[in-house]
Amino acid sequence: MERRRTPLWEDHKSLGARLIDFGGWEMPVSYPAGTIKEHKAVREAVGLFDVSHMGEVVLRGPRVREAIDKLTTNAVASAPVGKAVYTLLCLPSGGVVDDCIFYKRSDDEFFVIVNASNTAKDLDWLREQTHSLCDVVDVSDDTALIAVQGPKAIAMVEALSSGALAGMTSFTWRDAAVAGVECTAARTGYTGEDGFELACRNQDAARLWAALLDKATPLGGLAVGLGARDSLRLESKLPLYGNDLDEVHTPLEAGLGWAVKLDNRDFIGAQVLRDQKHKGLTRQLAGFTIPESARAIARHGYPVIDDARAIVGTVTSGGPGIAVGGAIGLAYVPTALAAAGTPLTIDCRGKDVAATVVSGKFYKRKS
Amino acid sequence: MSTFPQDLRYTHDHEWLQAKGSAWRVGITQFAVDQLGDITLVDLPKEGDLITKGQRFGTVESVKSVSDLYAPVSGHVTAVNAALKDTPENVNGEPYGKGWMIELEPTETAEIDELMNAEAYGKHTAQ
Repeated sequence: MERRRTPLWEDHKSLGARLIDFGGWEMPVSYPAGTIKEHKAVREAVGLFDVSHMGEVVLRGPRVREAIDKLTTNAVASAPVGKAVYTLLCLPSGGVVDDCIFYKRSDDEFFVIVNASNTAKDLDWLREQTHSLCDVVDVSDDTALIAVQGPKAIAMVEALSSGALAGMTSFTWRDAAVAGVECTAARTGYTGEDGFELACRNQDAARLWAALLDKATPLGGLAVGLGARDSLRLESKLPLYGNDLDEVHTPLEAGLGWAVKLDNRDFIGAQVLRDQKHKGLTRQLAGFTIPESARAIARHGYPVIDDARAIVGTVTSGGPGIAVGGAIGLAYVPTALAAAGTPLTIDCRGKDVAATVVSGKFYKRKS
Repeated sequence: MSTFPQDLRYTHDHEWLQAKGSAWRVGITQFAVDQLGDITLVDLPKEGDLITKGQRFGTVESVKSVSDLYAPVSGHVTAVNAALKDTPENVNGEPYGKGWMIELEPTETAEIDELMNAEAYGKHTAQ
């Protein structure tokens, strides 16, 4: 099958990126600097990410709020215009269809960014579950998305927007020209750093990318591939759909209770989540660290075992702790094993490796 | 197509071998390094271990993935590049130099003859 390309494919090629297949897209996994340098550039300066493979959907109509209030775990419909809201879409079972961000454009219109790998599934789900109460328009093929992340990102993008983006707070968006390109600019991201995600039309993407790269390079900034995108989000304990989130585990089990607003609401899955909250969780997504001395990395799919070597849990994400040393990861474990400080044993390809449960993010940004 | 050092022998699993007296030094090729990305951990056997052609003798972990190292030929491990423990990035930086992994004294010298030369390996990676 022909792999899809973003409008920045040529730019990645000319930067010397290593391109891989990612859910049918030909995407940069890293550039010549390499994943570790790219990761550090985002932590210390600024990184540019082409995430144009992500899906974009517009929901609109006079009854759109009514429609989406049935679908979102978070309080999306009632949010003020100009807000961006992270939410889960749940199945009746409480399992997760996708995690996404809704941008409220008006009382009648929302812009939604969904995971690339789930775009087709989400569109089907949205069309089916909104019951013709609103229009569901797929604008993925016309929309490019560039994330600008890191401590130097805000000042850099603000300077390119002649002040039009000044004074924004986290999880808000504005329409503005950035380097002369019409964008929807949101103070959102997936790295644990401050930054913007800039959505623009495909035909403008290369011009925007070039202007951003031009400003970022003298600041120590780099183009950043999917490799570092994954290591950055893991360090900040941001879940990845397909690894840490799926149709089996609920948002509460995944530790996303802050994005589940149950009071006086009846969205799909709410009943199961209400029961779970009432009865308590039997399993939870726990963060763990492995010390450097163990010389091991626990990765997606590795089993967590008990003293009798029975499998009690599964690692959903794992990798080297680039900022914190050793290795870090996330695993679904029984609640009894989810408290900070609990020792875990992980079977790393036949080697028993000792890990320790930690609470909170592995990396916290210096503010 | 990449070019590979002429004085080395190669395996289909992207390892190189270099004659060091009666022993052979083993590492992974630039092609393998490019596929793996930044290497963060290299796990190697101990000196004196006997390893068997085609069997796993170590692992290389990059940020994104873990890969096995398969013994290119059977033999006794006569040296291990212990420096990689603290500087695994040398495999990325100098795969044919400071990034070497082990040295082997082959037990089946005929296995050496089955290895590819640079030209054959170049064709293999271009496939």
